[in-house]
Amino acid sequence: MAEVTSADAGHAPQSFIRRYVFSTDHKVVGIQYFLTAMFVAIVAGLLAMLMRLQLAWPAAQWPLLGKLFPGGMESGVMKPEFYLSLVTMHGTLMVFFVISFALIGGFGNYLIPLQIGARDMAFPFLNMLSCWVVVPATLIMLASFFLENGAAASGWTAYPPLSAVEQAIPGSGMGQTFWILGMALFIVSFTMGGLNYFTTILNLRAKGMSMMRLPMTVWSLLLATILGLLAFPPLTAAAVMLLFDRHGGSSFFLPAGLFFGNTLLPNAGGTPLLWQHLFWFLGHPEVYVLLLPALGIAFDVLAPSTRKPIFGYRMTVYSFLTIGSLSMIVWGHHMFVSGMSPYVGEFFSIGTMLITIPSAIVGVNLLASLWGGSFRFTTAMLFALGVLALFGAGGLGGIFLGTATSDIFLHDSYFVVGHFHFMIGGVTLFGLFAGTYYWFPKMFGRMLSEKLGKVHFWLTLIPFYIVFFGMHFLGLGGMPRRYYAFTEFQFLQEFQGVNVFITICVLGAVQFLFLFNFFWSLWKGPQAEKNPWKATTLEWEAPSPPPHGNWGASVPTVHRWAYEYSLLGDPQDYTPQTTPPGTGGVTQ
Amino acid sequence: MEAKVASSVSSAGEGKLLALVIWMILLVVIVVGARRWLPELASEHGAGIDVMLQYLFVTVGGLLAIGHIAFGYFLWRFSGKPNVTHRLSSPKAERRWSLIPIVLMTVVAEGGVFVLGMPVWAKFYAAAAPPEAITVEVTAEQFAWNVRYSGQDGVFGKTAHELLSLNNPLGLDEEDAAAQDDVLILNELFLPVNHPARIRLRSKDVIHSFFLPSHRVKQDAVPGMTIDLWFVPTEVGTFEIACTELCGFGHYQMRGLLKVLPQAEFEQLIRDEPSFF
Repeated sequence: MAEVTSADAGHAPQSFIRRYVFSTDHKVVGIQYFLTAMFVAIVAGLLAMLMRLQLAWPAAQWPLLGKLFPGGMESGVMKPEFYLSLVTMHGTLMVFFVISFALIGGFGNYLIPLQIGARDMAFPFLNMLSCWVVVPATLIMLASFFLENGAAASGWTAYPPLSAVEQAIPGSGMGQTFWILGMALFIVSFTMGGLNYFTTILNLRAKGMSMMRLPMTVWSLLLATILGLLAFPPLTAAAVMLLFDRHGGSSFFLPAGLFFGNTLLPNAGGTPLLWQHLFWFLGHPEVYVLLLPALGIAFDVLAPSTRKPIFGYRMTVYSFLTIGSLSMIVWGHHMFVSGMSPYVGEFFSIGTMLITIPSAIVGVNLLASLWGGSFRFTTAMLFALGVLALFGAGGLGGIFLGTATSDIFLHDSYFVVGHFHFMIGGVTLFGLFAGTYYWFPKMFGRMLSEKLGKVHFWLTLIPFYIVFFGMHFLGLGGMPRRYYAFTEFQFLQEFQGVNVFITICVLGAVQFLFLFNFFWSLWKGPQAEKNPWKATTLEWEAPSPPPHGNWGASVPTVHRWAYEYSLLGDPQDYTPQTTPPGTGGVTQ
Repeated sequence: MEAKVASSVSSAGEGKLLALVIWMILLVVIVVGARRWLPELASEHGAGIDVMLQYLFVTVGGLLAIGHIAFGYFLWRFSGKPNVTHRLSSPKAERRWSLIPIVLMTVVAEGGVFVLGMPVWAKFYAAAAPPEAITVEVTAEQFAWNVRYSGQDGVFGKTAHELLSLNNPLGLDEEDAAAQDDVLILNELFLPVNHPARIRLRSKDVIHSFFLPSHRVKQDAVPGMTIDLWFVPTEVGTFEIACTELCGFGHYQMRGLLKVLPQAEFEQLIRDEPSFF
């Protein structure tokens, strides 16, 4: 089936623009997604650092920053509304424009055809289009900082009426409209990419690549894609409705009697809860859209790093499927104290606890994959082990929040902030790093510096635990999230020391090590061979970096599953998926 | 050059270091977690929420400990091993091992929700307030809490959106006889101790959330909705009311005070408060 795209795949386009800018090659598109994500990550990371400055030393004066942000930090003191813009944009950019771009757009595009043995995506043009739609999406999001009233400031969840009524908060001016447009374009892009991944994985697998021979990364991307395709449309609808409420005089989310300043708004008939349902119908599956690929990558990095097959391949696939299905019906656990019916709340609580079961199976399988291994502590493996550690700790913290009764106290506190940074912050970020250190040689034909990589790992892991475990404890103390300062409340005074400590962990600054390593190794790193990790999956059969069309004259044929390591009778300790039966030891 | 390093066995040191760090993390979490983080408890149902939390500290904390100990042990034991000592488990063994997380999570997570969670949840949310409860209306706005008592007649006066103004923050209807003795207080909520209090929660503009840390009460105030909740304060004293739903630039300073008084003192105080009209 892979021959379908081979007609144009053989000849690489010659012009610079067709080759590197408007390219339909999945590898170029993937790298373009990566670079976009990296650029946005720098911006969103800097936003977080600004937030930490304010939280550690509330309303302190930073004359230099005052010059950089004349609107938000007049005379160097941060305004509360600017702080809320930082919160909102840090969340939005990180979730959608960094993690989604890099994990789904970056690894998805780059790896799917290579790991399933295809020459390119099923719809290369659509793929290019999806990538180029993110450019205006990103630019619109970033441009909102330069608007008169600043960027959106209603949180990444954008709850109306705050996000719907202009008088409610300065960021609810054009900033919020830009936010909606940016999100809409993001969804357009994700939909095009998603249809492509789905079709490609189902239709373009190389001969012999049955579903149960797929590497976990491809499985996880397939399920993430399906989840995204199902969950994004309600948010699209909600965004259009919000746009109408803001600019068209409608009242989807606005009830009667809204009173701002000294004005009674004319709206009537809507309910703010409708937005929350639509938002979280996407918002919760989105968590798994991001988590699953990170977990898939961790499995694929662990196998060559332990020189043995992963534990529980089938059970993990089934667990991923179960997590995916359940994630569509638990969105209400974000709304336990929202005013939603308390009976519905218990339904969501029970459903959420069900998700802990397949999640725990995945965690146990990751852990058990280590048993009996012969370890290669590459930077990639260290980060994959980090995924396991954070997934365990973060997942267990989730039980506190998914249990409706304890969530009464913990809802919207720093416990939540700590929890989701472990999951969609930590698991995904460590998965990204594991994947980048692992596949960088394939992508660019050079190795990343292992020495710098390990320093990067240790300086990320330990501060990460301090920062985000610290936040769990602050949440137990009752500290509410999205506060500009904790100076106004008696009961929060004792925690100010913790806030300073968290800020001086400089978790964000450490990430510049990675950036340096990335760009330095791009030019100066040692040349990578075809298969530097001695791994079995198909992408390592292609040259590093693979040429246009990936496979040269003939597409590989697959004879075995993705994890044949240390097979009895094989002189080498790995047996690539292309090795025919009868050679290379006993087949699984 | 580095490719060679990657495919050869790593020295045991690195894995053992990671094992130590993983164990260390657990130890630090236990030590830091042993401090009392929760605010002092001051309500009846709050005891149930605290029991739920304590249960999770012990069980989920136990799982965290087992996980970290096992993780560290795996790293310690197999670091520096030149060969694979266990390759692949049978599909049957893999299924059998999956039973452990299935049983554990069912018991710990679902069990907690059903046995400890639901009764407390039902008491806080699903049960109607006892008839003797005192009813107070709390209306949130950017960035203050309007507290209204019904006065001697025990009936709240009518309100209407059209009457809202800076001088009449709740839009109270002067024509209504029941409104004549309504008492309106800004940012201070008085309640009698050991007596059920029913709060009618409303909002005038955006979503706010009514949070009493010591009383383990948190409930969003949603414009267009009136949400009832009730609880029994068990300690005399002054407590803080915080907003926990992002509501605008003053969110961080939307502070009110809950003053819990002995019954007689409370009645006296409300009698002495001047009515709104």
